[in-house]
Amino acid sequence: MPEISRDEVAHLATLARIDLSDAELDHLAPQLSVILESVASISGVAGADVPPTSHPMPLTNVFREDVVVPGLTAEQALAMAPQAEEQRFAVPRILGDEQ
Amino acid sequence: MSDATQTTRRTAADLAAALAAGETTSVALTQAHLDRIAEVDGSADAGVHAFLHVDAEGALAAAVASDERRAAGAPLHALDGVPVAVKDVLATTGLPTTCGSKILEGWIPPYDATVVRRLKDAGLPILGKTNMDEFAMGSSTEHSAYGPTRNPWDLERIPGGSGGGSAAAVAAFEAPLALGTDTGGSIRQPGAVTGTVGVKPTYGGVSRYGLVAMANSLDQVGPVTRTVLDAALLHELIGGHDPLDSTSVDQPVPGLVEAARQGATGDLSGLRVGVITELQGEGYQAGVLARFHESLELLTAAGAEVVEVSCPSFVHALATYYLVMPCEASSNLAKFDAMRYGLRVLPEGVDAPSAEQVMRATRDAGFGDEVKRRIILGTYALSSGYYDAYYGTAQRVRTLISRDFEAAFGRVDVLVSPTAPTTAFKLGEKLDDPLAMYLNDLATIPANLAGVPGISLPSGLADEDGLPAGFQVLAPAMADDRLYRVGAALEAALHDRWGGPLLDKVPALEGVAR
Repeated sequence: MPEISRDEVAHLATLARIDLSDAELDHLAPQLSVILESVASISGVAGADVPPTSHPMPLTNVFREDVVVPGLTAEQALAMAPQAEEQRFAVPRILGDEQ
Repeated sequence: MSDATQTTRRTAADLAAALAAGETTSVALTQAHLDRIAEVDGSADAGVHAFLHVDAEGALAAAVASDERRAAGAPLHALDGVPVAVKDVLATTGLPTTCGSKILEGWIPPYDATVVRRLKDAGLPILGKTNMDEFAMGSSTEHSAYGPTRNPWDLERIPGGSGGGSAAAVAAFEAPLALGTDTGGSIRQPGAVTGTVGVKPTYGGVSRYGLVAMANSLDQVGPVTRTVLDAALLHELIGGHDPLDSTSVDQPVPGLVEAARQGATGDLSGLRVGVITELQGEGYQAGVLARFHESLELLTAAGAEVVEVSCPSFVHALATYYLVMPCEASSNLAKFDAMRYGLRVLPEGVDAPSAEQVMRATRDAGFGDEVKRRIILGTYALSSGYYDAYYGTAQRVRTLISRDFEAAFGRVDVLVSPTAPTTAFKLGEKLDDPLAMYLNDLATIPANLAGVPGISLPSGLADEDGLPAGFQVLAPAMADDRLYRVGAALEAALHDRWGGPLLDKVPALEGVAR
């Protein structure tokens, strides 16, 4: 039976880049276990010979003509940025101390 | 009843006819709907709270332009001048688009969704943006970061979700038309519990460009209205190929308005209707089933042949959905990284925080509980070691569900079931029991997994609680016209039985916003 521990939820939260509080971890872990237990009921329902469906309308090679079309201006793209500088997105530091 | 109230109770088709006949103006009827919104919509604390943003100025400007076009004798779309509400998950230039989330509070998109562009090009004044569960994750609209929408039939109950705002706006006569989106039932289930009509088109039938995605392989935009004909009018307007959406099907939309008009004559002879064995019985409220069976009798009386059809894999649809959807959602929501748009929160007590620390603090502060649950679930199901057991398995069961539809549509023209297992429950009742909440989508999810179209229309009031129940019709992919033919025939028969539309019985709501 799938069981998801508090530590495991904390690890998943790190992977998903969400700082969960202790209270949230306490709350989420049992809820996720219940949900997982329920969805795990489908294991073994489809044989290995059944092909997977990733998409209900399989369309392939959807191309458009290779022509230049207008895109957003720098002003439009930056209008809703949390912080902008010299026509660029200003972001927090992206390198760690050790780098 | 005041003139304004009478105006807002008219259908979109009726309003369009009145405009064409010169009996009213777009300004007059847009103002009537804005007045109704002011009267009943209120806020997070009181009233229906269907709207997150009302754009009176923009709507009236569009109405003035519509009246001028009409006066100049320009060729007009049938719905030119008829106002519409738009779910807050669709991008609108000049109007906030929050998806019911704090992480997008105040965000104004730099472009219009294709469906919004088509509304504007056809001259429909946009009244505002409607409330929803955060990023369309929920079945009650209680997961909105801006407070719940209340069901016009009983303000202590949920309006369904995720598109509870669009359904409630239409049910409360705040808008004649609205757009919704349906990933697992978010148009149809709110339709069922508010006594309105909602259609999930064939996957690829309506452009998703500018729709903030929850699960790309499941999401579809569709109409929310009070009548089947109105839904057909709106569906035809927004449907059809869009080069900006690579999943958009490059085929003409079948004649939906024509199908609705044909269905309204009440003749369904030669039509084969399949009742899905697996979508009735245990877990379905008695009053919902009673109204469902009455509707089946009306279909038979209209000349349809009603048979029972088994779709054995449908019992696995809910579990399949709650693996496929969180996987896609967790990937989609990775874009909310606090760097280019949306909320940016700096972690407390950290000097010169790194981008990753800011990202983590922002996503904790900006996302609500249900969104976090689904992101963590998707992250788990996609992790190495679990991918095959969860996502891989779900994708294979998805194939079985599509095969069940194919086999069933080899025997019958349409499939039917109750839309939702119960009527509207009380606000707060299932908020902290995610599994109980997910069960609302039991009957709507199979259509999303297979990409086939579905409609929900009111089947009457359940005896136990006097609240609306919904009747669902499903058709093969690209045969959306069948939904309208069957829906319009059933609607006509039900209106005859009730002596008018079901929404004639909805409370007047006057003064609830105060």
